[in-house]
Amino acid sequence: MTQPPQQRVLVYDRIGANRRSTLLLMAGFVVFFAAFFAAVGAFLAAYSGTATQDLAATTVTAAVVAAVIALPIGFIMYMAAPATVLGISGVHEVTKEEEPDLYLAVENLCIGAGLPMPKVYVIEDSAPNAFATGRDPNHAYVVATRGLLDKLEKRELEGVIAHELSHIGNYDIRIMTLLAVMVGLVALLADLLLRFTWYGAGARSSNRGKGGGAIGLLILVGALLFIIIAPLAATVMRLAVSRQREYLADASGALLCRDPEALADALDKISKDPEPLEVANKATAHLYIANPLKGHESFLNNLFATHPPVEERIRLLRAMG
Amino acid sequence: MPAVIIVAVIVGVVVLMLFVLVGMYNGLVRSRNRVKEAWSGIDVQLRRRASLVPNLVETVKGYAEHERETFEEVTRARAAVEQAGDIKGAAEANNMLTGALRHLFAVAENYPQLQAAQNFRELQAELSDIEEKIAFARQFYNTNVLSYNNGIQTFPRVMMANMFNFQAADFFEAEEEAREEVHVDFTGGKRD
Repeated sequence: MTQPPQQRVLVYDRIGANRRSTLLLMAGFVVFFAAFFAAVGAFLAAYSGTATQDLAATTVTAAVVAAVIALPIGFIMYMAAPATVLGISGVHEVTKEEEPDLYLAVENLCIGAGLPMPKVYVIEDSAPNAFATGRDPNHAYVVATRGLLDKLEKRELEGVIAHELSHIGNYDIRIMTLLAVMVGLVALLADLLLRFTWYGAGARSSNRGKGGGAIGLLILVGALLFIIIAPLAATVMRLAVSRQREYLADASGALLCRDPEALADALDKISKDPEPLEVANKATAHLYIANPLKGHESFLNNLFATHPPVEERIRLLRAMG
Repeated sequence: MPAVIIVAVIVGVVVLMLFVLVGMYNGLVRSRNRVKEAWSGIDVQLRRRASLVPNLVETVKGYAEHERETFEEVTRARAAVEQAGDIKGAAEANNMLTGALRHLFAVAENYPQLQAAQNFRELQAELSDIEEKIAFARQFYNTNVLSYNNGIQTFPRVMMANMFNFQAADFFEAEEEAREEVHVDFTGGKRD
């Protein structure tokens, strides 16, 4: 599922390659979204007891109405997402004077990557970890925990920052924000519809069966199944993308800091640290450089893993050295 | 009817070729502009470093006034950096300044009072940070040059580059590699 990426020398070339894979990905998600809204429309049409001959037209109308309501909500979620992530992670902004080591590492590596200076934040937690978020390089945020600053050597810190800046330079932050919004939107709509069905069932039961008949019932059940499975499918898709982007950020991060061994050592330290990160949760875990939740291995956990296995990442980095 | 189709096909092909050529030309210009922009990233840091030199010399003079030769070496190198005309010249002058500063700091080792001075330590820290920034700016610049030179020297863009006189850009060569070159190859890794 996850494939180690090819080498891309220059950030612009990588952006080009990433833009193509992003376009494919987005096309996939548009198809998925269209199917989802069609299912929502079909469900609403069948549920409201529309006559069989009107089912198609009502489905289209309901799907369009659902999309028109949902897409502005999605846009607002997209614009607010980075601030939300920073808010629930309990970060505070730091200046060059307060955290010279961290700030200078970001500043210098930004020069190497040709990126504008992002905002730099710290989480006061002794578990070492870091993440980047935002919409694009001009609206980007790099976050490190206190534990990362305390437990890592300078070169390891630079490796981690290089990895995070690569997420920014590769536009991963935009993709991950978009995917999170899409997954959130699908989950929200599915949840609303299921609740609506559950509580509305009694009141509506007299209406049902008037029109649709057997076909209506079939559509109802099919659409309902799709709507139930959709959030899960969207989550699995998002996590697959997230894992693939980690390999790319490791490779370009190693190129940027010119010290793959340092990034490997940092990953080793971060993953072996026994403390879980208090402020991380299932919604933000995929953003961090290594899984902050310290889960155990199983088939299900692998399917829902936010990161590729850390041993594999370290092995690939050491092979570059 | 067939005549119309033939004409349409020819016009279509010509328009398509025009689009490709315009895209190629714009790509070359973009790439050249990136090299220029990346160069200004180095230039900013070189000037920052040069502007710290008089202050540094004054500070060291206060404690080690007899090291006239070293001061002159540093001041000469600084002037060379500020007068450098092209990229090769700037790189040479910069290497000269790096050497002169290294010499100055080695001399400063002999003066414990100077070593202890707050002002001197701040200048030393700032200079070493600027040196790191120059190294990163150089890395970014050289990657851009590599990409641009590859672009104008490979077929078919080489023809267009010759026609419009795109010149290969110079790399910014440092005296010595502060960090080893890294060879990235993830393709040989195990796929999972």
